[in-house]
Amino acid sequence: MSQTSDALEMPAPVETDSAVSVRNVSKNYGTVEALRDLSLEFPRGQLTSLLGPSGCGKTTLLKIIAGLLEPTSGEIEIEGKRVTGPGPDRAFVFQDFALLPWASVIRNVAFGLELRGVAKSEREAIAEKYINDVGLSGFEKAYPHELSGGMRQRVGLARALSVDAQVLLLDEPFSAVDEQNRRKFQEDMLELVRNENKTFIFVTHSIEEAVYVSDQIAILLPRPSRVSEIIRPTSFRGTDVENIRRSPEYLDIVDQIWASLRNYVE
Amino acid sequence: MIHRPLALKLLSAFIVFGAWEIAGRVPVSFAFPTFIESMQALFRLTIEGTIFTAYAETLKPLVVGVSISAFFGIGIGLWVGLSQRFEWLFSPIFIVMQAAPLAALIPILVMAYGIGLTSKVFVVCIMAMPVIVLNTASAVRNTPASIKDMGKSFLATDRDIVLKIVIPAASPVIFSGLRLGISAGFIGAILSELKITPTGVGDIITYSRSIADYPSMYAAIFSIIVLAVLFLNLLERIENFLFEGNNRGYVSD
Repeated sequence: MSQTSDALEMPAPVETDSAVSVRNVSKNYGTVEALRDLSLEFPRGQLTSLLGPSGCGKTTLLKIIAGLLEPTSGEIEIEGKRVTGPGPDRAFVFQDFALLPWASVIRNVAFGLELRGVAKSEREAIAEKYINDVGLSGFEKAYPHELSGGMRQRVGLARALSVDAQVLLLDEPFSAVDEQNRRKFQEDMLELVRNENKTFIFVTHSIEEAVYVSDQIAILLPRPSRVSEIIRPTSFRGTDVENIRRSPEYLDIVDQIWASLRNYVE
Repeated sequence: MIHRPLALKLLSAFIVFGAWEIAGRVPVSFAFPTFIESMQALFRLTIEGTIFTAYAETLKPLVVGVSISAFFGIGIGLWVGLSQRFEWLFSPIFIVMQAAPLAALIPILVMAYGIGLTSKVFVVCIMAMPVIVLNTASAVRNTPASIKDMGKSFLATDRDIVLKIVIPAASPVIFSGLRLGISAGFIGAILSELKITPTGVGDIITYSRSIADYPSMYAAIFSIIVLAVLFLNLLERIENFLFEGNNRGYVSD
């Protein structure tokens, strides 16, 4: 039941291969306990979802990993280095996109590099490449309000990719995107995880989405938040994207997760 | 279709001036000239050059006062918006300033600073500054938390966050504060010329009224309104030039 003991029982190779380690993290807001003694390992080069009912602290955990919030106790290590604040090894994708409305697409994508002091011509060349990668070429000079929700999140994704961080943190990135765009995004995510050698941490409230895109799913239960279960889908990960939703294991995992979460939904 | 806004502006000007002309012809009051008479008087004042010498005088407290108000108003507003402690210290001063009956305070200013430029600049500042400070402060305080978080997560320094996120995000409301503040500054400049010493445009207004030359009086009032409108349009252009993407809509809508 306790996540700490689970982690200790893990075989050694998995332990050494985690890019991000969360150790005994607690977070209190005044008297409210948001997270209690939470430990979790994120394997390198894989996508881990944090899944749970609303208010279970999954976004809080993500922001602690990002260095945007301080844990009350416990620590985060990334590649063996302790997190004390935001760092160049992590990039964040926001639920509400967090684009600068007064800046064009190319300036938004290059904004992370701009803050790092990369010269204008160089950062625009890099931004250009990622704008192209996310399928937005031709929109470099457009402003965010001229784009659809799906396109705005592609800008957010390109911005996160352009700083070339080892760890990508995604906070319900597709929840403000329409269903068809979301499916396309999910397929693109699988490709990204395969092609980029990065570690993805993905917060979602959608069970299907978590099972579809994840190598590892951590189920979080609320008040105070703790990891109740870790699920690693195995059989359908290598298959074509079209076959995933038909795989028996996919359907079983979705059912199993729903069975454990349904009691927590008000 | 590009010309429709222009056509609407002309139509609205035509309706207002037409109503003015009719009201002057009825006449509503002996002291109310028609639009055409006022424009003739304005033309005469322009040919004589009176209006230019008058503005040379009026613009001094106006420009000085508005510049001080804009510069310090935005500065203090940013400070108040960014720091809880300065909000506590400064906000009440500006709220009191905004609510104070200025005309009644003018004698005190005259006693303290005399009848020269200083008092007039003060009047302009008291009119213009509070709305600039309060608008700037509330705009800064309402910067969306997620774009500030975005800045932090992409390693922005505090300075980057203020310069590249907070100020541009607050700019539409800062500019609307500037617009309100500057129009109030115009009112303050004329008020000071009517209440302290009659100089410049205030002098034309007072003098023409005393000799019952109402068309000249209304011509002077009309000219100050035109100047204010032109200035506000210029401000809007500057805003659109600086923050083009803010012009229409927001990411969140």
